[in-house]
Parts: sequence; C-alpha cells; structure tokens
Amino acid sequence: MNDLTPTREQREAALEGMGCKRKRVEDIRFTQGKGNYVDDIKLPGMLHGDFVRSPHPHARVKKIDDSEALKVPGVLAVITAETLKTVNLAWMPTLAGDVQMVLADGKVLFQNQEVAFVVATDRYAADDGINKVMVEYEPLAPLVDPFKSMDSDAPVLREDLAGKTTGAHGPRKHHNHIFEWSVGDRELTDAAFKKAEVTIKEMISYHRTHPSPLETCQCVCAFDKIKGELTIYGTFQAPHVIRTVVSLIAKLPEQKIHVISPDIGGGFGNKVGAYPGYICAAVASIVTGKPVKWVEDRIENLTATSFARDYHMTTEIAATKDGKVTGLRVHVLADHGAFDACADPSKWPAGFFNIVTGSYDFPTAHLAVDGVYTNKAPGGVAYRCSFRVTEAAYCIERAMDILAQKLNMDPAELRLKNFIKPEQFPYHSALGWEYDSGDYHTAMRKMMETTSYAALRKEQADKRAAFKRGETREIMGLGVSFFTEIVGAGPSKNCDILGIAMFDSCEIRMHPTGAGIARMGTKSQGQGHETTWAQIIATEIGIPADNIMVEEGNTDTAPYGLGTYGSRSTPVAGAAIAMAARKIKAKAQMIAAYKLEVHEDDLEFDIDGFRVKGLPERYMSMKDICWAAYNSVPPGMEPGLEAVSYYDPPNMTYPFGAYLCVMDIDVDTGVYKVRRFYALDDCGTRINPMIIEGQVHGGLTEAFAIAMGQEIRYDETGNVVTGSFMDFFMPTAVETPHWETDFTVTPSPHHPIGAKGVGESPNVGGVPAFSNAVNDAFSFLGSRHIQMPHDFWRNWKAAKELGAVA
Amino acid sequence: MIPGSFSYHRPASVADAVKLLSDLGEDARPLAGGHSLVPMMKLRLATPAHLIDLHGIATLKGIRRDGNNLVIGAMTTQHELLASEEISQAMPILHEAALLIADPQVRYRGTIGGNVANGDPGNDMPALMLTLGATYRLEGPGGSREVAASDFYQGAYFTTLEPGEILTSVSIPVPAAGHGSAYEKLKRKVGDYATAAAAVILTMASGKVATCSIGLTNVHETPLLAADAAKAVIGTSLDAATLKKAAAAAEAIMAPAADARGPVEYRKHVGGIMVTRALQRAAANAK
Repeated sequence: MNDLTPTREQREAALEGMGCKRKRVEDIRFTQGKGNYVDDIKLPGMLHGDFVRSPHPHARVKKIDDSEALKVPGVLAVITAETLKTVNLAWMPTLAGDVQMVLADGKVLFQNQEVAFVVATDRYAADDGINKVMVEYEPLAPLVDPFKSMDSDAPVLREDLAGKTTGAHGPRKHHNHIFEWSVGDRELTDAAFKKAEVTIKEMISYHRTHPSPLETCQCVCAFDKIKGELTIYGTFQAPHVIRTVVSLIAKLPEQKIHVISPDIGGGFGNKVGAYPGYICAAVASIVTGKPVKWVEDRIENLTATSFARDYHMTTEIAATKDGKVTGLRVHVLADHGAFDACADPSKWPAGFFNIVTGSYDFPTAHLAVDGVYTNKAPGGVAYRCSFRVTEAAYCIERAMDILAQKLNMDPAELRLKNFIKPEQFPYHSALGWEYDSGDYHTAMRKMMETTSYAALRKEQADKRAAFKRGETREIMGLGVSFFTEIVGAGPSKNCDILGIAMFDSCEIRMHPTGAGIARMGTKSQGQGHETTWAQIIATEIGIPADNIMVEEGNTDTAPYGLGTYGSRSTPVAGAAIAMAARKIKAKAQMIAAYKLEVHEDDLEFDIDGFRVKGLPERYMSMKDICWAAYNSVPPGMEPGLEAVSYYDPPNMTYPFGAYLCVMDIDVDTGVYKVRRFYALDDCGTRINPMIIEGQVHGGLTEAFAIAMGQEIRYDETGNVVTGSFMDFFMPTAVETPHWETDFTVTPSPHHPIGAKGVGESPNVGGVPAFSNAVNDAFSFLGSRHIQMPHDFWRNWKAAKELGAVA
Repeated sequence: MIPGSFSYHRPASVADAVKLLSDLGEDARPLAGGHSLVPMMKLRLATPAHLIDLHGIATLKGIRRDGNNLVIGAMTTQHELLASEEISQAMPILHEAALLIADPQVRYRGTIGGNVANGDPGNDMPALMLTLGATYRLEGPGGSREVAASDFYQGAYFTTLEPGEILTSVSIPVPAAGHGSAYEKLKRKVGDYATAAAAVILTMASGKVATCSIGLTNVHETPLLAADAAKAVIGTSLDAATLKKAAAAAEAIMAPAADARGPVEYRKHVGGIMVTRALQRAAANAK
C-alpha cells in the first residue's frame, strides 16, 4: 500500500455500481438525434403501407372497390379481409383470449377501424391510393355507453360470437358481455356490510385515455423468399412474445422469424400487443417479396391502437364509526371496446385489479368485474401501470377520501389508522395477494412532516373561511394518496402470456480484457436499461459499469424473455441479471482460488476482486480473473466466463409511496394551479437514484395529464373527438408542475438485490393525488365525488353546480 | 397525414404572385407561414393544386413607421414582431399577444399576414387588429385597396379578400401615449387556441376611463369588437358594477361553439371574465 493505492471508496466509485447516479449512457445518442428508431430503417426496395379506415363506428361493409386505387401511380396492391382469408389471417388472437379483426370482415366495429391496406412505392402514393378506395357502408346503430351494453335491446356487436355462451374467462351473460371475474368472499363481505356502523358507496369512473408514446406504433417487415425468413423491425415492448405470436398465427417456423426492436420512443403499454399494421405489413412483404414499412400517424395512434382504463367502479366501504375499515365491495364495469385486446397475463382478465384493497387491512372484500363490448377502439392496455393497478389505486384512494369525509376524519389520519402494520408482512390480502414488505406508517409520517401537512390543513381552513366571507374566489385542495403497487409479473404459478411463463432472463459474457456484454429478454423504451443493468453487474462482479455493454431487443441474440411493461424489468430481469452475475462470480472465485493457490472458501469478495481472508496483500482483480478465464483455468474447468439465468420470481414485488398534491382552483374559470407536489416512493433497493427520479418525474407528468384532462372521448354517435394533441391533453414543460421527490427504502425480501420496480408507481399514485386534491378543494362546498378528468371547464361546472359560481 | 401532390411556385414580386393567383384560380393558395394551411393539406381537408410561396418576396417583410402608423409587412413573423423594439414600445399589447401565440417554433415561422388573412376565429391577431383600429392593404389583379380590419371578417375562414388578392401589409395607428392595454387569454395549454380571450386598449383621465376599445378572440365565428362593453366603461373608474355591466355586454355578443374547451355557457362566462381582467389590468398599466 502506498499513496497511489486507491481507497475502498475510490475503488467502489470507479465501478459506478448500484446506488450511483450514473449518467444515462444511451442519452449520448438520444440527445444528439442519433438514435435508431423504426422509421430510420430504410431497406432497399422498401414499400409503404397505409390503412383505409372506417368513418363509421358501427356499419356493415357492403362493398370494397379498389379499381381506382390500383390505377394510382405507385400503388401496387390493396389488401382486404378477403385477401387475408386466403392465408387465414383475417382475424388474429388477442393476448386476452379474444379474437380481433385484422381488416374489416363484413362489419366495422369502431371509428377508424382498419378496412383495407394499400401498398405503394412511397407514403404519398399509399395515401393517394387510400383516398381512391371506395367502400360502401350500411351504418348500424352504435353502442357507445358501456352502461347500456347489456340492455336487452342493445345492438349485437360481435356477430362472430353468436351462440357462444362461454368466452376465454367463463360464461357470457349477454351478446355484448365478455367475461365476469369475481374474487373474494362474497358472503363474509355482505355480512360485514350488514353489521357496519358506517358505509359509503360511490360510482368512481376512471375515464378512457391513451398511452400516446411520442413514437407511434410502426414496423418494417422484410420477407426473404429464398431463405423463407421473415425479419420484423418493430416498436415492440416484448419482441420475443411478438416472434412467438407471429410464428403461431402465420405458421412460420420460429427460427425463421427475426424480431428486432431498435430504439423505442416510449411505450407505456401501447406497444405490448400485436396490431393489424404488423400483420398487414408482414403479409404484404410475403406477397410482394419486398420489405414493407407501416408507420402510424398520431391520429391513428390515438384512435385505433390500444387505449387504457375505461373502468367504472362502484365502490363500497364498510367501517366502524371511529374509522376502522371492515369490508370492501367493488363492482367494475369494464369497457373494452370492440375487441378485448388487453395485454394482461392470460389468467387475469381484469389484470391485478384485486390489489384494490390497497394499503389497508381489510378483513374481508369482494370484487366482481364485468367486461363488455362497445363500438370503440379495442383495449385496454396498462398505461404506465401494472395491469389495472392504476384503476385499483384510484378506486381505493378516492373511496378512502370519501369515507374520511363521511366520518369527518382527516384523510391522512384515516389511512394511518387502517394501514397494514410493518409486523403483518408478508401480508395476505383479502383478495388473494401476498404483500412482500412495507412500512407504510413511516412513509406516511415522513410525507406529513416534510410537507408540514398540519400547517397546510390550517391554511386550507383559513382560506375556506375567507372564501365563505367572499374575500377570495380561490379554493385550496390537499390531495393525499398512499398507494401499494403490485409489479414484477410474474411467478409462473399464476402468470403466463399465451402459455409462456412470465420469467425473464439475462446472459452475461465476459471478454478476456475484463469487459463484457450482457443481454436480456427485456426491452428498454426509455427506462435506461443500458445504464442500470450494467450497474447491477458492476456491483455484483466488480467490473466497472462502463465496461459492460447492454443489448436488448434482438430475438436472435437475446435470451428469451417476456419484455418490458408492468414495471417487471427490475423485479424479474433485474433478478436474472443478479443471478447470472453471481454465476460469473462463482466461477471467477474458483479461478482466483486456483491462481492464488488457496481454497475457494479462503477467499472473500472485496469490491472488484477476490482477497485471501487474513492475507489482504493476496488479491486478484476481476479484470485479471477475466484474462485468466481464457488461458489458465483450473484443470477440468471449461474456459471462458459466461452465464445465463432464467429467473422465475417467487412472488410479485409491492412498491408503495405517499404523495401529496397542493392545488389552488379559481372557481370562476376553473383554472387550477398545482402549488406543490410531493412524492415519496419506496421501491426497495435503489439502483440509480437519478434514473428513479427521472422515472418519477415522467410518471407524475403522465398522472397529471390523465387526472387533469387527458381523455379519449367519444360523442354519443360514436365519433372519437380527441384525435390530436390539440384536444388530447399532452402537457408541455409550461403546464407541468414542479416535482419534489423523496424516498424510504424497504427492500423486497425475496428479490436477489431487494429491488421492487418504480417506473409506474408515480402514475399509479399520482392520479389519485391530483383527483383527491380537486375533490378535497370542493368538499367544503358539499360535494362528495367529482369524476375525472378535472379540466378547467369541468372544475367550473362543479363550482357552478355547488352554487359557488352564479 | 400525408398531403396530396401539388405544384410549388415561388414568385419574387407581389405582382408575380397576384398574376399566378389569378391565372391559376381556385386551385391555387398563397403560402405564408403554413401553420394553418399545411396541417389542413396533411389531413387532405385542403387539396390545392398549386402553392404560391410568398417567402421569396422581399417587400412583404419588415416593420416601418409611416406617420402615426406602424406598417407591418404581411410576411413578418411573430418572432420578428416580438424582436421589434418599436412594437414593444408603441403598442405593447401586440408584443404581449404575440407571445401567447403557440410556441417559439411556430412563432419563427408564423406570419402576421397569414394570421390575420386566414379568417380563423381562433387566431389571436385579428381581434387585436380590430381593437387597434388597423387597416389591411390588399393587392389584386385590379390594383390595391385598403380595408379596415373591422370590415374584413365575414365568417369563419371567410373574408373580403377577392380571388387573386393577397394581403400585403397591415397598418396600425399608434395608440395614444400613456395608454393602457392588456390581452387576457384563457387557454388549456401552450399551443392551444383561446377558450376565450379579450384585448383592451384604453386611456385614463383623472382616474376615469377616457377612451376604450375591446376586442374578443374565438367566441364567435369572427373576431369581435365589443363596442357596447367599451361604451359601458367610458367615464367610470371601473367599479365592480361597471365591470359586471361590461362583461355582460361583451357576453351578449358572443356565440362560441361548444368544443373540448368547454360548453357554450362556459366559454361565454370566461369570455366575460377575460374582459373584466383585461380592463382591470389595462387600467392599472395606463399612465
């Protein structure tokens, strides 16, 4: 040891491992416009496809005449359902066990549904062709309101299901019914309500919205007739699943399908499933023998590819008069649009909505979900959330506020009174989950102390008095939200997609110079995997993160995995990475023991290498071990240093958080101002605090958008009226509030590094915080529940209905 | 979102542009900043066979003083308006309103001529022009003429522009020294058209309103001059009752459409509030 010997801290810092605010390595290309997205891919001879779409929400297709379109210079083909029938692809399976038209087969069921696919030499010619395809429609009565979908005289939407009394998830009660999903103990719950001292009941709607990633859905399909191979470049959150689906429905051998997800400009659940564009581009490429590109525009993305939410949740809580909850009963009417195109694990038609008991110790609960068809775009996907968890969190967090109001209790106090206690973990919820770990009271109290919650309540009381005296036209709301997420789908015992267990994977290959490449079954869409995955490996094996290249998205090279959505990457792939790294480390230890001429058990790992216990001078760095792995391994050992891990998680992880929104609303215009937003997240072990903060900022911004105006709205005749960013609220930096972030750390006991996942927490917890703030602001004027979204005019309407505006 | 094919022309003089417009007839459209026309073309709601780009005509650019008027060339961008010292000093309301138009990228490209000539009720500049008493210079095959902004707008996207005519400049009388002004615009987000907006120019004398002009944006199929509302405040100190009267008078002439910004009743209601707030702020900054 001398002055030049790096200290332990310096050696640790050099790794940029877990806990380090390492700068995102992918941002070098993203911030310089050097990313490689699907639309950047240009192959020789590439053709372009585009859709003729239905102007009607519900109509019979009488005739499609493509003769004029085929005369347009550059137009090569017009594909219709009749064309697709020749290859048995007019319909495709959805991940939810339903089937979906690829192109209109006799009928259209929602406005902007795909009717015909025009293939041309360039996008201009394709669009010229679209305008020349003549489609004759016979309009039918549209069904828009999900509450009328099961009326006896409701129009029949899905003629293909005629006579089918059973669907993928059990009996169907009506021609527009998809499934009923029921969980919990109905009798026990009914009994709890019978003897309840206090009950509340409210129909809480979570409106239809859309993930709307900045990069829309798109693909390039290139079929090689000679080799019989199909290469698909696409915006896929789950490339391996797409390859398997394509293999199954197109009857192509899986090894002859290459799916490549290049850089992806945001997914948020929009890019998990398969869309007609992918099928049509693939068929067009097979038919023409040329690569075919399909790129959605913004209107198409918002109005045709999967929406999110549209859950109408009749919620009841039973409680004692001093505020202890005794039962929860929820009935959900789920509007899926024309086809059930959810991307949930197969056995979960309503996702993990049964997390609806939230962070509270409900002795009993019962939940029933009815899924129905309407003449709207199909879905609904998990928009920055783990399978219906946002809906569940919104439901329970609104309901707890409504209960607090009825009991005249502070909403934070009511929550503290009903939280699952730290000693109750692992906690078995009344609706069947096993929460892994949590310390809700500490998080809540930290939120209350940091924000001076009591002082804010005092200020609110003063402002309310001033409002009543006519001294101000502004009202103040405090939105408390305490959410529990359920992420990391998931254990093979209860999670699969199309029969494939929802494990994930990692393969690490160390090169002789102490650098390496790591590949996973996940696919970053902006989450920063190239940065964080390398950090896990750095800490686990003592090689600097900068020396690890992370690669995802190519099904030919990456190990099979189920992809990135539902905050599953860190809980599942993150675990696989740690496990693969530990295999590397175990082999490295054997090599080090051999080279240092000691027994393996006499070695201890020390940041970036192995050291002989009690003889600190005898040390071999991981870098040197990598070299040795290629020239002097112990006798009998295979050379090389690589490992693969497929990780089947034993349980989900349960991140949680305490949020507070402070909002002021001008009752005369309905204009709100988010004065303050505090978000405390507990995602277990924190891999990169800077990336976590970025994820929280992004998720909160989306939550803000959804709660305050972001909506896919249909008029009563089934026209979608929010088809662009003019009317679909996409906040800019100007509208976006300032975010204050904070954290506690309660590691997951079953995860190899204790991490839980965070990407979606802020959306899950954020929406109720905003909505509760609006509702809290108006509550003193006599309101109980105001539905989202809370845009300006609706706030004014609420004020007017409450008599606060003339 | 892909436009149909069209021919592109780039004349170097107003005379050439006018000739092209008259020769090509209804199939031709002049192109200024393109922020209204190009999106309509991408949606194929507009399918002009000929685009006549006015960017090559140097005389259409610039801001100059002509006696008591500021004359602004039609192809002057919103960004150039914002950069003009002369405008921010002589008529700060124009600077204030230009800053509320969309975002910097749009303002680099969008022009005052395009904004006022398109007849889009959502555009901000037309109501400003009414409030300021501007006149437009139109040049066509039959020569040039001046039209008062208040006579120009006839319906949504429908103006007194004759076939073959181009709006070449706007001329704005410089408001009295010491005047107060405000443009109050309620919008959902950056880049949005107004849910309702009100422009006020007034002068004060001994604490009372001496002169007043009020313009309204996006609450009718054309921009409006709220003359009765303006009359109601003359000679008052803008007390609560007067403000209420002025707002009511302004609301009485509004006929907005119901859209995602809100129902008719809401848009009229906030239109009245914008008038009230603009009056108060204009009075406060008058000298």
